[in-house]
This record gives sequence, structure tokens and C-alpha cells, in this order.
Amino acid sequence: MKMLTRALLGASALSLFVSGVSAETLTIATVNNGDMIRMQGLTDDFTEKTGHTVEWVTLEENVLRQRVTTDITTKGGAFDIMTIGMYETPIWGKQGWLVPLDGLSADYDVDDLLPAMRSGLSADGTLYAAPFYGESSMIMYRTDLMEKAGMEMPEAPTWEFIRKAAAAMTDRGNDINGICLRGKAGWGEGGALITVTANSFGARWFDEDWNAQFDQPEWKEALTFFVDMMNESGPAGYATNGFNENLSLFQQGKCGMWIDATVAASFVTNPDDSTVADKVGFALAPNHEGVDKHANWLWAWALAIPAGSQKVDAAKEFIEWATSKDYIELVASKEGWANVPPGARTSLYENPNYKDIPFAKMTLESINLADPQNPTVKPVPYTGVQFVAIPEFAGIATEVSQEFSAVYAGQQTVDEALAKAQAITNDAMEAAGYR
Amino acid sequence: MARAVTTQRKTINTIIAWAIGLLIFFPILWIIILSFKAEGDAIKTPIAVLTSGWTLENYGVVQERSDYAKHFFNSVILAFGSTILGLIIAVPAAWSMAFVPSKRTKDILLWMLSTKMLPAVGVLYPMYLIFIELGLLDTRVGLVVVLMLINLPIIVWMLYTYFREIPGEILEASRMDGASLREEILYVLTPMAIPGMASTVLLNVILAWNEAFWTLNLTAAKAAPLTAFIASYSSPEGLFYAKLSAASTMAIAPILIMGWFSQKQLVRGLTFGAVK
Repeated sequence: MKMLTRALLGASALSLFVSGVSAETLTIATVNNGDMIRMQGLTDDFTEKTGHTVEWVTLEENVLRQRVTTDITTKGGAFDIMTIGMYETPIWGKQGWLVPLDGLSADYDVDDLLPAMRSGLSADGTLYAAPFYGESSMIMYRTDLMEKAGMEMPEAPTWEFIRKAAAAMTDRGNDINGICLRGKAGWGEGGALITVTANSFGARWFDEDWNAQFDQPEWKEALTFFVDMMNESGPAGYATNGFNENLSLFQQGKCGMWIDATVAASFVTNPDDSTVADKVGFALAPNHEGVDKHANWLWAWALAIPAGSQKVDAAKEFIEWATSKDYIELVASKEGWANVPPGARTSLYENPNYKDIPFAKMTLESINLADPQNPTVKPVPYTGVQFVAIPEFAGIATEVSQEFSAVYAGQQTVDEALAKAQAITNDAMEAAGYR
Repeated sequence: MARAVTTQRKTINTIIAWAIGLLIFFPILWIIILSFKAEGDAIKTPIAVLTSGWTLENYGVVQERSDYAKHFFNSVILAFGSTILGLIIAVPAAWSMAFVPSKRTKDILLWMLSTKMLPAVGVLYPMYLIFIELGLLDTRVGLVVVLMLINLPIIVWMLYTYFREIPGEILEASRMDGASLREEILYVLTPMAIPGMASTVLLNVILAWNEAFWTLNLTAAKAAPLTAFIASYSSPEGLFYAKLSAASTMAIAPILIMGWFSQKQLVRGLTFGAVK
């Protein structure tokens, strides 16, 4: 009897020990976007399957960037998984700050990731972060206002058409602006939009020898066009409008067109929040007549494991769960197909349930059109569409976008801003040793 | 006639004071109003916001999604812990500067204040590395020390100013009666400086409660206070103004209520010795 009691006690202790070792608590840093919040609500499914528990640290995007950058550069180990973007991933991967995501299970089907996403989240052919959701940019427009203006939106319009349509849709008396675009300073805000606009006018940030190109005619043409169009048909004070401000304007029916992240499509077509949910059409981001580049950017919020984490195996399990096909099915079963994380997997766009979603086709086409390896008409020494994948870019582009925002606010001319942008960029690149 | 002028002036002053008070309080009031609105209504024009329906839904969502109690508890520990620790160090320091000044006292006071002149981000990396080395990352102990250090110059300065108002002869008399240094500070000086110390405590609790640089940068999941709770509702892609407002209201409510009930003490302490 004694023997049996001892054996049972031993077995219980052993099982406790084993479960204590295998079950980990993961700390995950993330942003407060709708898809991330949904993921937090579904974490119990992951815990049920693996036994691991999760602690979330949700931060504002800029705070998150500063926070995770501090932690990863000092190998602080405060987080086991970080939500990072397409800009940081290849830079940090090359530095050895991220754990390579190799050895993922066969069920995960890594080849199903959209090629543009996989390439943007890799460095030297190694995947360093798995896309949770991806986006490009596209035109969202009011079908009723377009019809009222007597115009028809082509599937791939030019900037010239957009300007004409914006003027025709503008109705200042009823507080309707023909077009709403980002003007807010910041490399990820107005900086991103003006960069893809410039790309679609044939401009580029640098030539092959890392010389700034703001003194070239393409930049002047793009910025002048942008400012003139916004002055004609944009909302007052657009110099301080970012994604959320324009989303608010569009949802209240105050914009004829809005060119922004494809992920916004689910917000503007959601009848709970949008007053124009049933009157929204979609088209490809425009290009300047005669230029074979559209104003499509490419971005992904992705999950990566910092090199300082002590729980790499459990962290990989989480990433596999959160970015898997099964997770998409799980969200669809709980919240409907319109709410699944978009832009990450090819199979989603082949799924007959998802094909009915009005913005699915245009989202995929927009993502596929963005090419981070060849973002501009003329050759460049960098990758990245709305950003240049070098560590110095965030600082430089934030300063440059501040100069552009000053133009939008009427505080300086296009020429003055471009001259300052040229000097800021060349000085910074020289200091960093590129030139 | 003179009485009429006085009444009129009083009325005007009252109206101006109320107008300024409302102007300062308006952003907080607007946050509170938005927190009771549906997400779709919160982005409308101000008049439409006011005329739209009221709801408690945001509070329910915030409560469900976040662990308010944990963040609140952390805020209480950090705010009061750092203030008490600061007082333990600052009372003797201010006593010696006020009653036994040396040639360098003023320089030391200025030097202490100069630590406030450096932007916090300038020492983020050294501080982060020290925290990693000492295993203090994401701990309440580490943050209590940091917040105490940040507010220590203010505590010393405030106490020094109050102590200077207290006649040194009273302390001398206590010494002649045989009081030790500890007894002199605890039983003679401290009771006389209670109004000043109370306002110092209140101000520092408010400052520590609202501190949002170190509390965001040195915490993750365990020691994060209410500042991190608010930050988690700010979104780059998506409108969550109503939920953000509900989270903000929940975060500022305790300190707002505390400030409201202790405003007399706070004002008396802050104006102590102002008119001489």
C-alpha cells in the first residue's frame, strides 16, 4: 500500500514537473488594431491547444516602435514575440536581432504566404517574421457621388482622372470634399503616401549612388500636382490628417474618394460605423499618365521573435497558430469572413467564401502590383515601396515629411520644401557614410 | 456706490474664473462625454455628439478586454511608493539645507534641479541597460526608484521652501529642551510643516500617477500602470475614440477624485509663503 502511495505521489509530482516545464507564459508586444484585438480575444484557443498562456502588451504604434527597438537592441528580453512591420523586419533580421523562422511545420504551409509578403519579411532569403495581416493602398470612392458627377471610375485610373473626378464631386456647400488624402507629418503617415505618389510620377528617393533626387523634375511635378489637387478638392487642414482623420471623414460621408490602406475597406463598408457603407467602390491606386507604376504601397504587420527571448519554441508555436490557415477559419467562424486578417495568404483569396467580399479582389490585385524589389521606374539601390529599407530612413523621412506638411499648410512653397528635403537627405546620408 | 462696484467686480471676477476653469477642464469633460457615446457617434460633429444617445458599452468592453484592477494597483504602488521613498530622503535633505546651510547649499539645490533639464529619452538606453543588469525590467521596485529619482528634486525644493518659513528658533528651543535630531525632525519640524508636506505629497502622487515615459518604456506585462492601460487603446488604423475615452476616464478618475477632495490642502500648500 505504502509502495502504491509513493508511486502515485511520485507520478503526480513528475506530471506537475513536466507540465511546469513545457507550459510557458509568452509576453507579446502588439498594436491596438482591430485584427490584433480579435487575436487577443481568441488566445484561449491557442492555450487549449498548446498549454502556453499569453500576456499582451498593447501599445500605440510609435510607442511600440520605440519600446521594441530599445528592447531588441539591448537584448532586454522583455518580449517573446513582437509585432513589427515590413520596414524593421529585414533590417533587424540582417543584424541578427531576430530568430529566423525556419523549421516551421508542414501543416503551416509557408509557401502559401503571398510572395510579396514573404519577400518583404525576409532578409537574404530567410523569413524573419510571419505576416499576420498585409495591406497595400487603393482607391475607395463613393459610387453615388461618382454617378452624380456623371463619371465612371475605371478599374485602374490615372491621377489626371482622379483630379478631374475630385473636382466634380466636391460640394463645399454640403461639406463634401472630392478627395481626402494623408498630409500628416511622419514617415509612416503622410510620408508614405507622398512617396508612393512620387513613385507613380516616375520619381525616386535616391539614385544608384545614394544621392537624393528631390531636385529632379519628377518630384516637383508630383508634389505640385498633389498640392494643387488637394487645394482644389481636399478638406481644410489636410496637412494634419492621417489615416484615422480621413477614415472619420469618409465614414461621415465627407469624402468623395480616399486613397489609403486596403485594410480600411472593412471599416468603411461596416454599417455599424460607416454612414456610407453600401455606397463604396474600389479601384487600383492611380498612376501618372504614361508612367508604368501605380501608387501602391506594401505593408504587413508581422510577428517576430527577438533574439533575446528564452522561449523560442513556444513563441514559434504561437506564430504558427496566429498566422495559420486554421486561425483564419477560426476568425471566420466567430466573426464572419469580412473580419479575417487579410493580405497574408494566397489560399484566402482562393476561398469561395472570401471571394464574395466586395474588396477582396482589389486588395489582392493591389498587393500583387506592389513590388518592393523594383519600387520605382528608374533603378534604385534600395528595396521597399513607401520606405527605403535602411535604418536611417525613418529619421530622414520624418524630417522630409515635415517639410512637405509645411507646404500643405501653406507655410512654404514646393520649391522651398524640395530644396530643404534635398539638403536634409544628402546631409544625413553623408553623415551615415553612404555617400 | 462703493459696495455696488465691489459686487460688480466680484461678479465679473467670478465669471472670468469660472470661464477659465471650464476652459481648462473642457478637454477632460469632453473625454468623459465621449466615453458614454457609441463609436460611430464619437466621431461626429460636437453638436451631433451631444444630441446622440448615451451608452455604457465602452466601459463594458474596456473592462472585458483589459485588467483594470492590475493596472490600477500598479499605479497606486508606483505613485505612493515613490512619493514616500522620496519623502524619506528629501525631509532630512531639505532640513539640512534650510537650517544648516553651507556655502554650497544653493549650488546643490540648482544642481539637483538641473537633472530635470535633460530630456528623459537622453538617458533611456543607459537606464534600460542598468535595469537589465539588475533584473529590474518590468518590476514595480525598479519603477518606484526611478519615479522617486525623477521627482526628488521637486520634493526637496518644495520642502526646502516650506522649511525656510519655519523659525529656526523653535527648533533651537527644542534642542535646548534635549530633543535629539530625530525627535526634532519628527516631533517639532514635521507637525509644523504638515500643510506644505501634504501639498508636496499630493503634487508628487499626481506627477508619478501621470508619468508616461518611464512607465511605458521600462514595463511590459507585469508592472505596467494605468498609463500603459490608456496607451493600449490608441490605434494607428481604426477609430476607437470612445473606448480610448472610456479607458482615459477610468485612468484619471481616481486621481481626479483625490485632487477634488484635497484641493483646499493643495492650494493652501502651494500658496504657503507666497505672500509675505
